[in-house]
Amino acid sequence: MNLRNFLTEKKTLILSKWFNLILDTYPPETAKFFRNQDDPFRNPVGSTIFVGIEKIFDEIIKEKTDVAKLSIFLEEIIKIRAVQDFSASQAIAFIFSFKDILKDEINQADLLQKPATKEFLMDLHDFQSKIDLAALISFDIYMKCREKLYELKANEAKKMTYRLLQQAKLIVESPERDIN
Amino acid sequence: MATKGKPPKPEELSKISYTPPQRNWMDIPVEFKPGMYCHATRPKYLEAVGMPFPRDWSPADADWKLPDNWKEIILQGIKERLMKYRTFHVFMDICVRCGACADKCHFFLGGGDPKNMPVLRAELLRSVYRKYFTTSGKIFGKAAGARELTEDVLKEIWYYYFQCTECRRCSLFCPYGIDQAEITIIGRELLNLLGLNLDWIMGPVANSYRTGNHLGLEPHTIKANIDFMLDDIETITGIRVETTFNRKGAEILFIGPSGDLFGVPGNYVTMGELMLFHEIGLDYTWSTMACEGGNFGFFTSMEVAKKLYYKIYSEAKRLGVKWILGGECGHQWRLMNQYADTWWGPPDFLEEPVSPITGTKFENAKGSKIVHITEFTADLIKHGKLKLDKSRNDHLKVTFHDSCNTSRAMGIFEEPRYIIKNVCNHFYEMPESTIREKTFCCGSGSGLNAGENIELRMRGGFPRANAVKYVREKFGVNMLANICAIDRAALPTLMDYWNPGVDVCGVHELLGNALVMTGEIERTLDLRGEPLPGKGGAE
Repeated sequence: MNLRNFLTEKKTLILSKWFNLILDTYPPETAKFFRNQDDPFRNPVGSTIFVGIEKIFDEIIKEKTDVAKLSIFLEEIIKIRAVQDFSASQAIAFIFSFKDILKDEINQADLLQKPATKEFLMDLHDFQSKIDLAALISFDIYMKCREKLYELKANEAKKMTYRLLQQAKLIVESPERDIN
Repeated sequence: MATKGKPPKPEELSKISYTPPQRNWMDIPVEFKPGMYCHATRPKYLEAVGMPFPRDWSPADADWKLPDNWKEIILQGIKERLMKYRTFHVFMDICVRCGACADKCHFFLGGGDPKNMPVLRAELLRSVYRKYFTTSGKIFGKAAGARELTEDVLKEIWYYYFQCTECRRCSLFCPYGIDQAEITIIGRELLNLLGLNLDWIMGPVANSYRTGNHLGLEPHTIKANIDFMLDDIETITGIRVETTFNRKGAEILFIGPSGDLFGVPGNYVTMGELMLFHEIGLDYTWSTMACEGGNFGFFTSMEVAKKLYYKIYSEAKRLGVKWILGGECGHQWRLMNQYADTWWGPPDFLEEPVSPITGTKFENAKGSKIVHITEFTADLIKHGKLKLDKSRNDHLKVTFHDSCNTSRAMGIFEEPRYIIKNVCNHFYEMPESTIREKTFCCGSGSGLNAGENIELRMRGGFPRANAVKYVREKFGVNMLANICAIDRAALPTLMDYWNPGVDVCGVHELLGNALVMTGEIERTLDLRGEPLPGKGGAE
């Protein structure tokens, strides 16, 4: 059995399980609302996560994963979780849920009990490595988001006083548009 | 003695459940999370306006240094307001908890905290109301949704009532018309009885009371700031625009948000307005004593809000103007349109506003005598009084964010759009469920635009940012226009986090770019002093 074909076949089921596991990190009343997918503007968080994990899934099962694209897809979700009630580990733990689902599906299909081919085992290792890579990238993205928040705070403080400082001739050397 | 037990296996240890346990909301104690709340007000600000219990305290401290009789003060405060405001009494009683409002709040949608569902946020106060003011609550207690007012309950109300921007989106969807913003407003009033306000709110209140504007700008600073803008306008247009301050006998008093006098990009809005008034030869003046359309007293108590706006009308009386023209401000318009007449009735020393250029009577402003500038400018355009060169904004792909207050409290939908369509060639609407009366808040209104609560602001602004992302990806939108000073302060940060590359502007900045002024030099710069593409500036 080719692992990639197996995952493609099970895509809908895997994504649904993955989505539910991510929603389980929210309070149950909230998860109920975030599950609803009718309108991306009425439910931006649930919708972004739902669309995002499919893109991540598709990119990871590609033979040649485009790391730049994978980063963009991860960022869409992590950006949200970086400002929600999550610690760093909680914010990016959803990547590892994919691994758990992968393991469960392989177990259920008994794929490892049947004589596993070398190709299958190599593929499995390859997938797991990609998920690890996604986790590492996620850590960088999370840090980037948090650093961005501090930068934004500092910029707001600067912007607020800039005009007054400029007018008081306390800063004259840099043109205004440079700080925007 | 240590408990004997089987140590968990490694695979059990690594299996962490992130699912929060399901409990009744009353059993979940409030947890003050950094990034979600603002600093407490400094005592000097409370003292400045004679508000009670000025003291040093911090929301993160266990001891809020409450007065001994704090509970009686709050309960008495609730009682007084139940008698004074019929709406409050009705809102406390009639909610059937249908949940229609639950997923309409931007803080809930972006953050996922169930206590940000408007129904539950209101329930924080309703549960106290039931306990002390209803028979069922007194007898059945928790079974009737009632609970004791304890310090923890008070802290919970504080935490969540300063996580509501009073935007009123939820009220739009309530089948009973319950206005959660009004509940928050009264909840905050009650907290103010104990001196529990934010520094970010009380600072502007104290400054406005003293100097007539949020930042505490002295008259000479206001004049110098505007002179600075006049210099910039001269560089851009070759025209030396003149304006006046505190001029008695002017026909119109102009009052915009003071944020537009010093903040970027609000200052470009003021430049656009200065250019417009010059071009049409408007007989107007600024007041350096009342130059603040915003009113953070509104986020404190009705009395304080009234006290601050009194300045505007007394200035109008002192200067002898006929009517007032108001700038691109947000909550100014909810107050003027919905509260001013109730506070003091139509001022008899002002006239019903009439545009001196077109003769249009602004009948909607008959009571307050104050006209919104987008109504004024849209009317000028409609009557062909302005010469406009749309192509000067061709480098911009614009969308429009309806500000909560101007849209839901005043119904200003068409005027700003009409102006934008007349000064820009590229205008794109965000999805229907996110604009006009259904607009999403910027996430920073009602005095929550501080630095220390940035996580709260970013999650609260996410539903808005998500709609901007859609038009950015679909149409290449790069400019988010609005008519509110808080938007102009908050949205640049919001865009920088969620949609880098999308800039923010006021509508009159776009107008200033397009306005063809008599005797102007060929424009090569926009109001920001940046080269205009295709106009002799950078390509």
